[in-house]
Amino acid sequence: MSAPLFRLTDSTLRDGSHAVRHQFTVDQVRKVVTALDNAGVPVIEVTHGDGLGGSSFNYGFSHTDEMDLVTTAVETARRAKIAVLMLPGIGIKDDLRRAAEIGVRVARIATHCTEADISEQHIKLSKELGLEAVGFLMMAHMVETDALLAQARLMESYGADCVYVVDSAGAMTMGEARRRVAALKSGLQCQVGIHAHNNLSLAVANSLVALDEGVDQIDGCTTGLGAGAGNCPTEVLVAACAKSGIETGVDPLAMMDAAEEVVRPIRPEQGVIDRDGLLLGYAGVYGSFLLHARRAAERYGVDAKDILIELGRRKVVGGQEDMIIDVAVELARAGTVH
Amino acid sequence: MTTRMAKTPVAIVGSGNIGTDLMFKLQRSAHLELRAMVGVDPDSDGLARARKLGIEATYEGVDWLLERAAQFRIVFEATSAWVHRQNAPRYHHAGLQAVDLTPARIGPPVVPPVNLNAHLGAPNVNLITCGGQATVPIVHAVARVGPVPYAEIVSAVASKSAGPGTRQNIDEFTRTTSRALVEVGGAQHGKAIMVLNPAEPPILMRNTVYCALADDYDEHLVAKSIEEMVAEVSEYVPGYRLKSAPLFEKEVFHTPGGKVSARVVALLEIEGGGDYFPPYAGNLDIMTAAAVRVGEALAQQLVTA
Repeated sequence: MSAPLFRLTDSTLRDGSHAVRHQFTVDQVRKVVTALDNAGVPVIEVTHGDGLGGSSFNYGFSHTDEMDLVTTAVETARRAKIAVLMLPGIGIKDDLRRAAEIGVRVARIATHCTEADISEQHIKLSKELGLEAVGFLMMAHMVETDALLAQARLMESYGADCVYVVDSAGAMTMGEARRRVAALKSGLQCQVGIHAHNNLSLAVANSLVALDEGVDQIDGCTTGLGAGAGNCPTEVLVAACAKSGIETGVDPLAMMDAAEEVVRPIRPEQGVIDRDGLLLGYAGVYGSFLLHARRAAERYGVDAKDILIELGRRKVVGGQEDMIIDVAVELARAGTVH
Repeated sequence: MTTRMAKTPVAIVGSGNIGTDLMFKLQRSAHLELRAMVGVDPDSDGLARARKLGIEATYEGVDWLLERAAQFRIVFEATSAWVHRQNAPRYHHAGLQAVDLTPARIGPPVVPPVNLNAHLGAPNVNLITCGGQATVPIVHAVARVGPVPYAEIVSAVASKSAGPGTRQNIDEFTRTTSRALVEVGGAQHGKAIMVLNPAEPPILMRNTVYCALADDYDEHLVAKSIEEMVAEVSEYVPGYRLKSAPLFEKEVFHTPGGKVSARVVALLEIEGGGDYFPPYAGNLDIMTAAAVRVGEALAQQLVTA
């Protein structure tokens, strides 16, 4: 078996946390990590969907303390490295220190695609703690390639080992994904990654065009379990790569078993691109807003679709889940007039 | 029996965005007289504007001020937490009372409508953060009519209004604000979240306050207390307002302060006065407006002492 052409990170236990309203249990984490580790997935990400410290009114309280989930993952994995996500402004440096003490090996530091400079202290701390540091530029569809490259360079200058193009809204077409990855590949010394969502049914396709451009790291979620209409389904990506002769280091059949027998039962309906999920990609709205918008729609007697469209119009960024309430109340006040 | 009082002489140290915005507000104070603007950069826009207004402006730093400390009573620190930690003991030694607009937290944290009177004699008072000034009053308003097991705030500011100091110290912002929700606001547990939004045109500063409510809360009392507090803050920050009446959302929440069955949500917007930065920068406005309020109270205390 030749060396993998890229490094796969499975984020079922982080991005997938959105899809289960942050209700993962220790038992689920143990089973998912065991299955992914056995299939050969090299990196597994575990945290609240909004990263370390995400448990809150604004993003939903965790069922189980994420540090307990991270500890379980570290204890369970025999080969895979465990990664955590953190968003400056939500999590704090002490959270990273605790994760490092537990035995996490990779810290992924996420900012909106224009705000990379708020990641400086966290990327530097990750390196000081001996962690691999990954910069995560969210909502990357909102800026052009030059601007994205300038932000990625900042993260690289702080010490990032890899910078990701993150399509948080699942809004990128294949051409848009390709251009962004190509720009980062040509302008950075460090590695480049892609994190795709499936709102336009393009998550696997965007990951494959990123590979054409030489992307070094790709994210998936098993069964696609993740925010919005879901992520790039790991088992599908692995199978498609195998058919294309691209080495992943992951056993396609073991990966299909992990998806069907371990992750699928957690949320059997995962994988459907319904109207709300599609709207996220179409309107360019942060994927994790979806379930919060449905909750607010129900509470204030308005349509989730209208909330999502208005959020897109207002250019709300990741983290501003409170604006869902704001919009719902305004729509309710405006009555049924559309 | 009122007598015409002389204004209290004050100085600003730090000629950046905050210091310059504060300068314009101090020009309108009936109790404070801004006699010096102290910076370190000869090309500072803030110093140039001070000179234009006829205020003594120097780039010789805090040494210049300390050489003439006897001419001043109060100093407003608008530099950085690190610089203020160096300057604070020197101000104290020189007999200057300090109003600290950095997150250094040397003196007690102060939010004017909550605890100003408790700290008028302190040699140094701290203004927490812009998010703290915007949200602590609301947490206090809820806590004064019933227990708040957990309070959480989300502060969103326009990217353009967040300078390098804020960006490089976002961790300090979230930690200092979280602490203030408990120590000043009166919640049992607190969490602060900060978001930068780059949208054009820039967004007005937004703050959302969530307070967990104990089972026997009185909706009418809580709403009334919040609305009264908003009116009080808007006396010194005219652009401070609720986007809607306080919202009571009934649902079981497993908060760090325990399980509750309801929360109140206050959606706040702050339109700045546009003194130096455009109106979207409500975050600068509420800091400098609070500083003037605190400075005036300190001055009145000095006069009557």
